[in-house]
Amino acid sequence: MSQPARPVLDVEDVSIDLGGHRVVDNVSFSLADGEIGSLLGPSGCGKTTILRAIAGFQPLGAGRIRVRGQLVSGDGKHVAPERRSIGMVFQDLALFPHLTVNGNVSFGIRKQGAGDIRRRVGELLELVGLSEHADKYPHELSGGQQQRVALVRAMAPRPGVLLLDEPFSGQDLELREQLAREVREVLRQDRITALLVTHDQFEAFAFSDVMGVINKGKLHQWDSAYNLYHRPADRFIAEFVGHGAFVGATVLEDNRLDTGLGVLNGHLSAAWPAGTRVDLLLRPDDVRQDPDGPIRARVASRAFRGADHLYTLVAGDNVRVLCLAPSHQAHQPGDEIGIRLDLKHFVVFPRTGSG
Amino acid sequence: MLQQPAFTDGNTPVARGWISGWTLAGAITSLVILVPIISVCAYWFAPPSENWGHLVDTVLPEYVSNSLWLMFGVSLGAGSIGVTTAWLTSMYRFPGRDFLTWALLLPLAMPAYIIAYTYTGLLDVSGPVQSTIRETFGLRYGEYWFPEVRSLAGAIAMFSLVLFPYVYLLARAAFINQSICVLEASRTLGCGPWQSFSRVAMPLARPAIAAGLSLALMETLADFGTVEYFGVSTFTTGIYRTWFGMYDAVAAAQLSALLMLFVFVLILLERWSRRRAHFHHTTNRYQKLPDVPLPPLWAAVACIACLLPLLFGFVVPVIQLGLWAIETHDKMLDQRFFTLAWHSFTLAAAAALIALAPALLLGYGNRIQPTRTMHFFSRLAAMGYAIPGTVIAVGVLIPFGALDNQINDWMRERYGEGPGLLFSGTVFILLFAYTVRFLAVSLQTVEAGLGKIRPSMDDAARSMGNNRASVLRHIHLPVMKGSLLTAVVIVFVDVMKELPATLVLRPFDFNTLAVRAYELASDERLADSSTAALAIVAVGIIPVILLSGAISRSRAGTRPL
Repeated sequence: MSQPARPVLDVEDVSIDLGGHRVVDNVSFSLADGEIGSLLGPSGCGKTTILRAIAGFQPLGAGRIRVRGQLVSGDGKHVAPERRSIGMVFQDLALFPHLTVNGNVSFGIRKQGAGDIRRRVGELLELVGLSEHADKYPHELSGGQQQRVALVRAMAPRPGVLLLDEPFSGQDLELREQLAREVREVLRQDRITALLVTHDQFEAFAFSDVMGVINKGKLHQWDSAYNLYHRPADRFIAEFVGHGAFVGATVLEDNRLDTGLGVLNGHLSAAWPAGTRVDLLLRPDDVRQDPDGPIRARVASRAFRGADHLYTLVAGDNVRVLCLAPSHQAHQPGDEIGIRLDLKHFVVFPRTGSG
Repeated sequence: MLQQPAFTDGNTPVARGWISGWTLAGAITSLVILVPIISVCAYWFAPPSENWGHLVDTVLPEYVSNSLWLMFGVSLGAGSIGVTTAWLTSMYRFPGRDFLTWALLLPLAMPAYIIAYTYTGLLDVSGPVQSTIRETFGLRYGEYWFPEVRSLAGAIAMFSLVLFPYVYLLARAAFINQSICVLEASRTLGCGPWQSFSRVAMPLARPAIAAGLSLALMETLADFGTVEYFGVSTFTTGIYRTWFGMYDAVAAAQLSALLMLFVFVLILLERWSRRRAHFHHTTNRYQKLPDVPLPPLWAAVACIACLLPLLFGFVVPVIQLGLWAIETHDKMLDQRFFTLAWHSFTLAAAAALIALAPALLLGYGNRIQPTRTMHFFSRLAAMGYAIPGTVIAVGVLIPFGALDNQINDWMRERYGEGPGLLFSGTVFILLFAYTVRFLAVSLQTVEAGLGKIRPSMDDAARSMGNNRASVLRHIHLPVMKGSLLTAVVIVFVDVMKELPATLVLRPFDFNTLAVRAYELASDERLADSSTAALAIVAVGIIPVILLSGAISRSRAGTRPL
């Protein structure tokens, strides 16, 4: 991705140790003005630690963090959290129980003039549709309303960067994506630079312009959602993001692959010497159901997903692939169907032995 | 992120430097608080005093057997009253239930020694009950049988009447919070109402009942006023007599050390039951209570069953005290009474405020650095609630007496004149003893208050431009205000009621309401002691009101925060 000259948030070679363990290892990424990013990873991968380091609750082992060009962490410097102009929405929301909605939202700007406070709080509550609830206490609100109060409370002081630590995880699954989209709209309107931490990829897809996938403290790829899905940088990302299956293959001349499903023509991302044994990533949407298709496959199992079925198929020499097909053409496990592969760009990784 | 608890506790890097300071401060505070307990326990290993053999031969078996009988009797009495009332008020609807639900806590306001005085006055040979019997039937003393109040059985009855609310409280909480859903499940699995009670509700509530009972038994063992007045020799009266009658500090300390063994068993029982009670929390989904309406006859039975303990544990003694107070107010409600009240008030207020300091230190230490060491030391410091006041008094006097003598000798050597006893016999050691005894109360309340402030709230406030001091002022203080006030009030009332430690440690000629009530009662001036006793009971009602308010507020499922 091309970066503008001066990112709003710049995380550079950051490493963090906790209790003798390196939980964040040489992580770098940056966000441009108004850009919305996500850090995605399994729980315990170190993503929340990075967030807390940016907020100033966690010292760095190495590296630097800059906000709007100002060094806030690193090189022996550590700016206190309250001086960083960084807003944060917490996983448990952390609303102050003794203050009303009004009191909560105005908490960060209470030193401003009364008129300014009233205007800003009014505008924010308006933005999230909570104007009528200004005098209620947090426990009188629904979960979604509490969520929005926590969001605008963090936005009130117009922070340089807004951090969100799994803020939707307390909500019902069906609500999360919708909430993520709503919050994104609000941030967009205020042109706020934001970074979300989550373990839910669909939440991240719905929320952000750019995403990073973290595992065991390492940032594996910092990219758009499209590229993470279609051009995963490594095997971990290929497995973590979306569905897919690996098919053993051998590289031939002229960008061709010899797979267990026949010889394929397409694009190889790197120049692999002929004869190299690799694994080819097949996404469910790469595999098309086609009665006249060249490959015959047996249905091993299927999962109904509303508009479509996700089939697990076995073809050729015990090769397992996933296939997405419209749900009105239902096949039973054991049925044999025809398929063809529809992919131009090969995603391959060095062979690990399985697949 | 299970493996990394350290960074969810609100630590900031700035804190790193003074973080170990918290554990150190916590450990030191805890050890200072533990001085009396350690001093006493050290006598487990000391060679016996010359009187020890004599004690073992004569009175010790009686102390042990009386203590065991008391514990056995109170377990039965307080246990059956507590469980019955808890079950009835939490499961069934009958006339007066809502009133009884909180009124059943009122006997907590009545110290055991005061109820003992009133029932002695009521049921003694010259009391109104026996007089009426004699007049009605034309009998004379000795011609009829009447139970003797001032006896072991009488003491058991007194303790059961005022201590059952401990069982009631915890059993009721267990019935309400734990078994509604499983009770319904047991009904769907074919159990009748009685079977549900005996096979599901009781086993589930058993840890809570055991915890309540162990609290009641701690109070029983700690009691001095009742057993002294009833002439039932137990450890506490023995310690007092050995100390003041035989002037044998070593033997008194050794008796204390022996009593501590009983107490430790109870502490273990309570801790163990509470842990189990915790695991027995079966659901987070609360429902409205089943509220089974009872048919008229059974409703009357339930109502009377709950009314009787309230009547005998609170109403009757209060009426008796009131009548006596009216009768004697001319001579008792004088300048002297107000001096006593002022002494009690200042002492209790000072102790309540002082106890808040270590409670805050340990509470914050546990929050800022939630390590095992810190937790261990704060639990240790809170042990005083189980230690009888007499034992604490002995444990305070031994080290401070030694310190006083050291200072005195040293000063005399240097300046030819010593200051006498610097600490012993001053209000200072009395306040220290109160802090040891009641720290658990304020610590528990402070921790409950701190629990309401999640670490992320600190972080949220800081990320909105507040430094530490500002977070304390704008978040902690307002949220904690209520808890701090509660801590002060409860310790205040406990100190007002406290008798044995005050009796032993008070400065010469310094009297409080509790001590005065004891002295007058010991002089067989029961009616005259009523004014002081009534004042203590009146103050004791305050925490009962707080408690019942807290219970109705925290009724599961009604208020999420």
